[in-house]
Amino acid sequence: MTEPFAVWVYLSRTPLLWLTVTICAYVVADRFSARVGRHPVANPVLHAVWMIGLILAVTGTPYRVYFEGAQFVHFMLGPATVALAIPLYAHRRTVARAILPMTGALLIGAVTALVSAVAIARALGVPHDVLVALAPKSVTAGVAMAVSERFGGDPTLTAVLVMTTGVIGAIVVTPLMRLTGVADMRARGFSAGLSAHGIGTARAFQVDLLAGTFAGIGMGLNAMLTPILAPVLLPLLLG
Amino acid sequence: MIVSLGLLLVCQLLGEIVARASGLPIPGPVLGMALMLALLLARDHLAPVIPAEVRDGALERTSNAILANLSLLFVPAGVGVVQKLDLVAAHGAALLVALVVSTVLALLVTVATFRLIARWTGDAS
Repeated sequence: MTEPFAVWVYLSRTPLLWLTVTICAYVVADRFSARVGRHPVANPVLHAVWMIGLILAVTGTPYRVYFEGAQFVHFMLGPATVALAIPLYAHRRTVARAILPMTGALLIGAVTALVSAVAIARALGVPHDVLVALAPKSVTAGVAMAVSERFGGDPTLTAVLVMTTGVIGAIVVTPLMRLTGVADMRARGFSAGLSAHGIGTARAFQVDLLAGTFAGIGMGLNAMLTPILAPVLLPLLLG
Repeated sequence: MIVSLGLLLVCQLLGEIVARASGLPIPGPVLGMALMLALLLARDHLAPVIPAEVRDGALERTSNAILANLSLLFVPAGVGVVQKLDLVAAHGAALLVALVVSTVLALLVTVATFRLIARWTGDAS
């Protein structure tokens, strides 16, 4: 019989363990979310993340080792982005009719997301280099990190701020829209994707397929606009 | 399912190639999405050369299954973020206030602009 420690040594070196842990933690968090009627606070990303973080801390596992297993899940973000074309195609007539509202909401929403974050943090005494890392916080991580790096921000700090924004957006969007009485799933989804990128989009898909479709568009358009806005707005805000 | 997954990967791959070759600041998967959309728009004309799964609903089933579990795909990056929380420690409270207020503002302003223009353009839905 093999000692338990030898089994652990084997498991801790294979991607199998951490891939399995990632999927099981998500299934637990997602089942719980479904059980409580998709209550926004039961966000499956948030709860899967702290459970796994706890397991890594208790077992003393470095993130690098964890990611060797989790990378297979992470990789699917690319194909999932391509897959957004399918609901987009299914709702193409609804989307085409909303082209003007989307264009206006994109311009004003993207400027609001960037300017308000930097202005508030600046008023609270956050230093210059951190403000740069904060500016693209509403954009999908890969694009946000590139924007931050280009203006001298720390891309890792940007990734932290982007993920946090996503979780905040996913939690507040539904209560906020109920509070303000907005029933239009196109507008709700679009604002979730624009303000809280993929995590907001994932939340929108939980609520409604049409909302998810518009969230995907909002996320994609903001990922294109913010890299253009940042060089114009950042010097004005930080000058 | 495999053909659908393969097709998603082919679109992403072509998107990455175009993004890198052209130096456009658009991520490869986003170009891949545009390509997939073009493929779907043209699929009725491409009937003889296109795999059956693009036309019989299999692509929709695979894609919708992936999108229904989109949250899962953010978990590995999220776990990485938890390990880097010390980066925000120095300005934690100020950054949290900025993130919460800014996200709420962005959501409200975006949704209000969308609704306002929808009403102006005579779209009541």
